[in-house]
Amino acid sequence: MAHPSQLGFQDAASPVMEELLHFHDHTLMIVFLISTLVLYIIMAMVTTKLTNKFILDSQEIEIIWTLLPALILILIALPSLRILYLMDEVNDPHLTVKALGHQWYWSYEYTDYNNFGFDSYMVPTQDLTPGQFRLLDVDHRMVIPTESPVRVLITADDVLHSWAVPSLGIKMDAVPGRLNQTAFIVSRPGIYYGQCSEICGANHSFMPIVVEAIPLKHFENWSTLMLENS
Amino acid sequence: MAEEIKAKLEKYRTAPFDARFPNQNQTRNCWSNYVDFYRCQKALTAKDVDTAPCEWYKRVYQSLCPMAWIEKWDEQREDGTFPGKI
Repeated sequence: MAHPSQLGFQDAASPVMEELLHFHDHTLMIVFLISTLVLYIIMAMVTTKLTNKFILDSQEIEIIWTLLPALILILIALPSLRILYLMDEVNDPHLTVKALGHQWYWSYEYTDYNNFGFDSYMVPTQDLTPGQFRLLDVDHRMVIPTESPVRVLITADDVLHSWAVPSLGIKMDAVPGRLNQTAFIVSRPGIYYGQCSEICGANHSFMPIVVEAIPLKHFENWSTLMLENS
Repeated sequence: MAEEIKAKLEKYRTAPFDARFPNQNQTRNCWSNYVDFYRCQKALTAKDVDTAPCEWYKRVYQSLCPMAWIEKWDEQREDGTFPGKI
């Protein structure tokens, strides 16, 4: 989940998010280096008494400051495209979950074997138990097995919503009448939080998403238990 | 043919990748399988043949389509207002 005064990304919980994080580190470093260089040059120009009124052109420096930026851009573009194609790889999911956005809650359906679904409402602030997170925790989490490719199909019942879980690197719009597909693999067990990311009315800020990843064996126990109770 | 489909159904985990719908928008994937199931059922019942092979489409559309969409389409089929051709 996000922390107060957080500057960077949340810890990655999926391989794709790890790649995005490292790519961001790489690109941000280049950006910092260029900005520092430019700032230094500006400071140097502004604080010198030396002048030269007779420089007209210089072929060498023109070549350098054309080729070097082009090279830097290529160094950014190649990893970027690699990740873009990685995210689009054909995957063979083990499980399909549907996430439906409503005003103002999410509902999740697991219908590969039985017609099983449940609603996921935010825990109201006055009902929080000690240790729960305000505006983030929900009554029923979306439970997923770890290390299994999962397909999520996202749609909405009424208005536009958006299903986002930053630590998995996912954000996908929930459009009424449309089924948007995304896929992920959760690398480690844990609880991952997200919030609705498309303005959808009065309680847009109060319909969070919580993904709970547990080992496959426990996932099977959970789904059996949920089926019996529903 | 029917044997292969039965074997596939026994090993069924979830709807597999369908190359006809490789991208983000899977609406048509859900719709096609729903319509294909009922068309398959209608065609095979008309020929007086076992409709077991049609089960594949049913499993796929149940995996992909939201339950509310399926209920709505089932009602429309009963009312005769279903927009697809079956």
